[in-house]
Amino acid sequence: MAEELPKMEAAAGVADVETHLALDQPLLRIEGVAKSFGTFRAVDGVSLDIRAGEFFALLGPSGCGKTTLLRMLAGFEAPDEGRILLGGKDIAQALPHERPINMMFQSYALFPHLSVRDNIAFGLKRAGMARADIDTRVAEMVALVKLEGLEKRKPNQLSGGQRQRVALARALARRPQLLLLDEPLAALDKKLRESTQGELMELQRRLGTTFIVVTHDQEEAMTMASRIGVMNAGKLAQVASPRELYEAPRSRWIAEFVGDVNLFEGEFKLRDGHRLVIATRDAGTLVVAEPRQPTGETRLSVAIRPEKVKLSRRGPVSEAGRETAINQLDGVVADICYLGGSTTYKVKLDTGGIVQASVANSARLDADAYSLSQHVVAWFTPDDCVVLPP
Amino acid sequence: MSARRIFARPARFAAIAPYVWMVLLFLVPFAFVLKISLSQTVIAQPPYEPVFDLTAGRASLEAAFAALSIDNFKLLVSDDLYVYAYVRSLTVAVTATALLLLIGYPIAYGMARLPTRWQAVAMVLVIVPFWTSFLIRIYAWINILQHDGLLNQILLALHLVSQPVVWLSTDSAMYIGIVYSYLPFMILPLYATLAKMEPALEEAASDLGAPPWQAFWLVTFPLSLPGIGAGVLLCFIPIVGEFVIPDLLAGSNSLMIGQTLWLEFFTNKDWPVASAAAIILLVVLLMPLLLYERLQRRQLEQGR
Amino acid sequence: MRKRSRLSRFNVASLALGLAFLYLPILILVIYSFNASRLVTVWGGWSLRWYHEFFGDRAMIEAAWMSLKVAASSASIATLLGTLAAVALSRGERFAGRTLFSGMLYAPLVMPEVITGLSLLLLFVALDAERGFWTVTMAHTTLTMCFVAVVVQSRLGSLDRSLEEAAMDLGCDPVRAFVAVTLPLIAPAIVAGWMLAFTLSLDDLVIASFTTGPGSATLPIRIYSEVRLGVKPEINAICTLVIGLIAVVIVIASLASKLSSAQGESAAPL
Repeated sequence: MAEELPKMEAAAGVADVETHLALDQPLLRIEGVAKSFGTFRAVDGVSLDIRAGEFFALLGPSGCGKTTLLRMLAGFEAPDEGRILLGGKDIAQALPHERPINMMFQSYALFPHLSVRDNIAFGLKRAGMARADIDTRVAEMVALVKLEGLEKRKPNQLSGGQRQRVALARALARRPQLLLLDEPLAALDKKLRESTQGELMELQRRLGTTFIVVTHDQEEAMTMASRIGVMNAGKLAQVASPRELYEAPRSRWIAEFVGDVNLFEGEFKLRDGHRLVIATRDAGTLVVAEPRQPTGETRLSVAIRPEKVKLSRRGPVSEAGRETAINQLDGVVADICYLGGSTTYKVKLDTGGIVQASVANSARLDADAYSLSQHVVAWFTPDDCVVLPP
Repeated sequence: MSARRIFARPARFAAIAPYVWMVLLFLVPFAFVLKISLSQTVIAQPPYEPVFDLTAGRASLEAAFAALSIDNFKLLVSDDLYVYAYVRSLTVAVTATALLLLIGYPIAYGMARLPTRWQAVAMVLVIVPFWTSFLIRIYAWINILQHDGLLNQILLALHLVSQPVVWLSTDSAMYIGIVYSYLPFMILPLYATLAKMEPALEEAASDLGAPPWQAFWLVTFPLSLPGIGAGVLLCFIPIVGEFVIPDLLAGSNSLMIGQTLWLEFFTNKDWPVASAAAIILLVVLLMPLLLYERLQRRQLEQGR
Repeated sequence: MRKRSRLSRFNVASLALGLAFLYLPILILVIYSFNASRLVTVWGGWSLRWYHEFFGDRAMIEAAWMSLKVAASSASIATLLGTLAAVALSRGERFAGRTLFSGMLYAPLVMPEVITGLSLLLLFVALDAERGFWTVTMAHTTLTMCFVAVVVQSRLGSLDRSLEEAAMDLGCDPVRAFVAVTLPLIAPAIVAGWMLAFTLSLDDLVIASFTTGPGSATLPIRIYSEVRLGVKPEINAICTLVIGLIAVVIVIASLASKLSSAQGESAAPL
C-alpha cells in the first residue's frame, strides 16, 4: 500500500507535466542564468535542460557556483539575468513558498522544536491539507524512508542517518515536481554514505520525481546520477553521462577533476586516418585515436587514465596486444602505492616524464608485483587516449 | 533578491515601534539635557528657564538662541570641586578595573579549565549573584564592614587587630563594593574567550618546551586580550558614573562625578549645572563607549 | 587511561576563593535576617521577628508592591519592544537609520544610570507628565528593552538560517516562517530577556529616583533611604525576601525555557 501510493501520485505529477512534454519541453529549463555577489560572479551564464524523472548531479569544487544555482532553483536567490522555466513557466522571481520545488538542506535544517512527525507534516499543513490526509501522507513518508516507530522523537534524539531520512521525507512529503538535494550525504560517514546512495537511487526510481543533487564528491555523482553537469568558476564545463564524463572529458580541467589522469603536452605531427601522431615533451611520440576532424590546432594534450596503462617487464605479451599497444614507454618504477584493491605505480620514463599505472590486485599472492627501481614497460592503445586542448 | 532580503522586508517593520520608542525616550531626552545645560538657573519649579517656547514662533527661537549660555560649563571647569570629582571618578575607575582584572582573571581561567560539565555550573554560579539586587549586595557589605560587623569581629578574635578598624566610609570599603558588584561583568567576557580557546594550544606550547607559566604567558594570555578588552570596558564605563557604591561605602569628603550630579540635582536643585555635569561625563566616556559599541557589534556579527 | 586533570592547585584555589567572595556576603545577610537580636551584630538566636516587622510596615509593603508592578509591566513591554528590535537588527539587513538604531540600543547598556535618569526626568518635566508609576515604568522599559534586544539578538544570530529557509521552502511566507519556526526557537531567549528585564527593574535605584514622583517610591528607594540612616535588621529581612523572589523567578523561568525547548536548545544564560 505504502509503496503503491507514491507511484500513483508520481504518475499524476508526470501527467501534469505531460501536456508540456507534448510540446517537447523539458521539465526544467535554465536559460542564461547569472548571479553576482558584489563583484564576484558566482553563476556566470548557465543554460541547462532537465527532463522529468531525471536524476541530475551538479558537480564541482567548492565555490564553483553549484550551490548558488541550486538556491536560485529553490527561490532563495533571484538571478540577475536569465530565466528559469519550470514546465514552461518562468519562476525566476517567484518566492520559495510559491514554487512546486522542495529542497533537502545540507545541514538538514530539521526544526529542533518539532517531532519527526511534525517536521514531515510541516509543509503539508502549509498547503492546507486535511488532518486525516496529513496523517496518511506522513505515515506513508515514514514508511518510505523506513523510520517507523520514531515519529514522536525530536531531531536531536536521532542518529545522523535517521536525520537525513527525516529531511528527505519532509522534502518529499509535498510531492514536489523537483527535489533539490544540497550535499545530501556530506554529513554521513563513509559506510553509511554508500548504502544511502543506493537507497536514494532506489527511491528516485520508485517515485519518478526529478532529483537535482549538488555534490563535490565525483564518486557520489557518478554512482547516483544519470547525467552530470560539471561546474567550474560559475560556468557549466560539461554536461554528460558519468561514463562520457570520465572517458571523454572535454578539457584538461575536467579530466583532472573527475578521477586520476596522466596528461602529456605535445605537438601534432601527422594524421593517419583516425589516428594522430603527437610528439610529447615528456613521453616521446604517442599515437592516439582521434575520430574528430582536425581543428588546425597544433599544440595538444594527451590524457590517459591510469587503469588503462598496463605494465609488464618486456612489453605486451600476447600477439594481439603487441599489435594494438602501439604506445610503449620504457621506464623505472619510482613509487608504489598499495591501495588494497589495486596498486598505483609511478613509472619514471626514460624520456623524462612520469606515468601512473593502476594495476588491479587480482591475486592474493602476487609474485609478479613490481618492486622499486625495476625496469618496466608501460603500454597502452591509441583508443585509450583522449586528445584534449592544451 | 536573496533569501536574506526576502526576510528583511517584514523584519524592518519590526523596527518601527522600538525605533520610535528609543527616539522619544532616549534621543529626545538628550536634547533636553543639552538644552537645559545651557540655561540659567531660576528658583522655580522646574528650576530652569525654558529655552524654547515653540508656540511663540521664530523670533522667540532666535531670542532663545541668543540667551543660551555656557556659564554652567565655565563653572564646571573652573570650580576645583567639580574638576576634582572628574579626576577622582577616573582614578577610582582605573584602580577598580585593574583590581577587577587581577581578581577576575584567575577565576575565569580556573572556570575555563574545569571539565566541560562543570563549566556550565560554574557559569551559573557566577551569574546568579548578578541577578540578586545590586543595592542588596552593597547592603550586605555594610553589614560586614560596619564598626562592630563580622569582619572586625573576626579580626579581633584572631588578634590581628587590637581595636575595631574603621572600614565604612573609606576608599577600601568602596573598592570592595565595586569589585564585588562588577566581578561577574569582568569574569564572563574573560571566560567566554578563554573557554573558546583550544586546549591543545597550551599543550602544544608545553610540548615545544615551555614551562606552564610560559605556556600561559606566551600563548593563553595574548589570545585572551579581546576578552580582557571587553571586560575592562564593561566595568570601566559604568564605574566612572557610579553613584550608589561611593555614596554608601566611601566617605563624603571626596565625591565622584555621579555623586556631584546627584547632589546638584536633588539637594541644590540646580538642574542646569547637573545637566552640564552629565554632558561632561558623557564626553569623558565617549571614547570608551564608542569602542565598546564597536566591540559588541563585531561580536554579534561574528556570532552569525 | 584517565586524562590528566588540567586544573592546577592555583586554579582550584582561585575558583574556591572567588565563589566564596561572591556568595559569603549574601549568605551572611540571609542568616542575619533570622537573628532575634535587635543589635545587628549580636547573634540572639533564630527568629522571624524582622519578617513580622516588615509585613507590619505599610510604607515598605506599598513600595514593594509598586516595585513589583513596575517590574512586571516594564519587563513585559520591554520584552515586546526588545524582541522586535532584535528581529529588525538581525534579519532586517540594511535599512535607513540602522546605525543610529543599533547605537541607541547599545548605549543605555553602559550609559551611567545618572545620565539616563536625569535625561528622562527632564523629558517628563518638559511634557508636564505626572510622575509616578507610569513614568518609572517607561523609564525602566527604555533601559531594559536594550538588554532584551541583546539577549534575543545573540540567539537569533546563532540560529541556523537554513531553518527559516526550510520553512519557506515548505510553503511558509516569511512572516509565517518566523512564527512557526523562529519564534519557538528563540522563546528561551525571550524568557531569559524578560527575567533579566524584571530583575533589572526590581533592582534599579538611580533611574527610579529620578523619574518617580512623591508618594510612589519603589522598594530600592525605600531601602536606600533606610540604609543611609544605618543598618536595620528589618532591611535584612526585606533583602532576603527579594533574593528569594528573584531565586523563584530564575527557577521558574529556567524550567519554562527547559520545557519549551526540551531538546537541548540551551537558553542563553544571560
